[in-house]
Amino acid sequence: MSTTAAHQVTAGFMPLFDSAVLVAAGEMGFAAREGIALKLHRETSWANIRDRIAIGHFDVAHMLGPMPLACSLGLTPLASETIVPFSLGLGGNCVTVSNAIWEGMAAHGAVPDLDPARAGAALGALIRERTAAGREPLRFAVVHPHSGHNYELRYWLAACGIDPDRDIEIVIVPPPFMTDALAAGRIDGYCVGEPWNSAAVAAGTGRIVTVKALLWRNSPEKVIGARRAWAEENPETLAALLRALHHSARWCQNPANRSELAALMARPDFLGQPEAIQMPILTGQLQLGAGEARNIEDFFLPFDKAANFPWKSHALWFYTQMVRWGQLPHTPQNLAIARDCYRPDLYRSALKPLGVALPGANAKVEGALKVATPVGSAGASLVLGPDGFFDGQIFDPDRIDAYIAGQKRA
Amino acid sequence: MSAGSLTILVIDENRIRASIIEAGLRDAGHRHVTVVHDVAGIARRIAELEPDVIVIDLENPNRDMLENMFQLSRAVKRPIAMFVDRSDQASIEAAVDAGVSAYVVDGLKKERIKPILDMAISRFNAFSRMARELEEARSELESRKVVDRAKGILMKSRGLSEEAAYALLRKTAMNQNRKIAEIAQSLVTAAGLLGPLEGE
Repeated sequence: MSTTAAHQVTAGFMPLFDSAVLVAAGEMGFAAREGIALKLHRETSWANIRDRIAIGHFDVAHMLGPMPLACSLGLTPLASETIVPFSLGLGGNCVTVSNAIWEGMAAHGAVPDLDPARAGAALGALIRERTAAGREPLRFAVVHPHSGHNYELRYWLAACGIDPDRDIEIVIVPPPFMTDALAAGRIDGYCVGEPWNSAAVAAGTGRIVTVKALLWRNSPEKVIGARRAWAEENPETLAALLRALHHSARWCQNPANRSELAALMARPDFLGQPEAIQMPILTGQLQLGAGEARNIEDFFLPFDKAANFPWKSHALWFYTQMVRWGQLPHTPQNLAIARDCYRPDLYRSALKPLGVALPGANAKVEGALKVATPVGSAGASLVLGPDGFFDGQIFDPDRIDAYIAGQKRA
Repeated sequence: MSAGSLTILVIDENRIRASIIEAGLRDAGHRHVTVVHDVAGIARRIAELEPDVIVIDLENPNRDMLENMFQLSRAVKRPIAMFVDRSDQASIEAAVDAGVSAYVVDGLKKERIKPILDMAISRFNAFSRMARELEEARSELESRKVVDRAKGILMKSRGLSEEAAYALLRKTAMNQNRKIAEIAQSLVTAAGLLGPLEGE
């Protein structure tokens, strides 16, 4: 029988599939094997996760990648210094629109191939047509202002000549309500993680028009956020937790475990959604609507391609987008806070004893790898990328000023 | 300015709890209190009411939407911030523990809001206590029913008196370090599996 765990960790999570690595760490015994009693608490909003991290109800939590930055930069109420020692995966989001908007896009050349440039051009043409006819601007939803969803939706629109602030309206809707809001016509489209895109397709009320993996391949999504004070007081507990998460992530990535993982996440205490709807994110085989289907490479990676490494370049890209969309000014102080938020050093020191592949650098030039590339790393071999942005742009974390200047609105 | 001059909006999906809060605010002399249970169309309500204070329950899944609206929307003419004062960690913790939060317009003095938040915290706690007691009473009733059924099974199958049947249940529970209701439930389940012992 179980012995008393050496470490107690309380973790918050939101009912989204990309909490899987954290959930499986608790439910499949990975945490217990590292001597951790992991208590999981499902939450109803990111604001609650932020509050409970800040006052110490939670030690760590499943968080939107930009959220610890927003907390540390003081962009939110109850701001508390939050660090990221581990990333929970790459990709997993889609952009879904209503059937009516899809028809309008199709009339302007959109085809169900998920190509971001073609879909964006069609959406732009539809928006111009609607504006000329004096119609209300389209309304898109994302899950949070400080989310990968908000930034990737805006990046896509802007690159396709659509101003996300002037040409459309962007509102916040909690993930589980997206499909209902779309069906009821309260929103025209949204960017959200799975299973909430496949859910709209299954209901016949939405069409998937593009996916995160095609907008920016192998791009960051959810992370483990830890209260900095807790992490500093409990370095051994944190290291043991990171090892448990590492083993859990490896298990989640293994295709042999897909049905068991889908069944776990389907449970009422986690997502409470049918098992079948958990499968597209695991297989990358997406139903787009009206019988169209596509197989997406690297749709969601919970482990492969160094998915758990908290790249500083990911944090810094989020920072540039916060600046781009007016959420905060670009100052040396803010940049320094953003640079210190993601902690590859903690990841590396926790995993070193395992002898697993570790990236040698803390940051990389995002968008530079056109093909999957083996990289030099401590220990075993590691493959990264491809990591391209759909518009061919490159983000060099050493040239942040130029990147921010290049994205300034005319 | 008296307490009654503040405009307060309570957003709570739980109607009973919302009315308890509303009553508390009115008892404290607040005359401009509005309660909404559904966030549909909330932006328009906020634009119309121009509330000084918004009290919301933390279980509300629309908190992220509301916070974003407070910061950005054209519906909100005056900026609304979360009632947070770093010097007052105790009341932040008490609020989160109780499951309630308050948002206030910029510039409103802390002393004017504190009583409102304190009242909301105590009423939220009272409501949770009431809900817990109700749940305990309900499960107590359920336990009593199942114990009665188990006694009946023992009386019938082993020819025991009611007192002896209860004593046997209690002894078994003590020996196995379990609750009488659990033993009773096992017995009822087993009896169901084993056939018409209950004479049904």
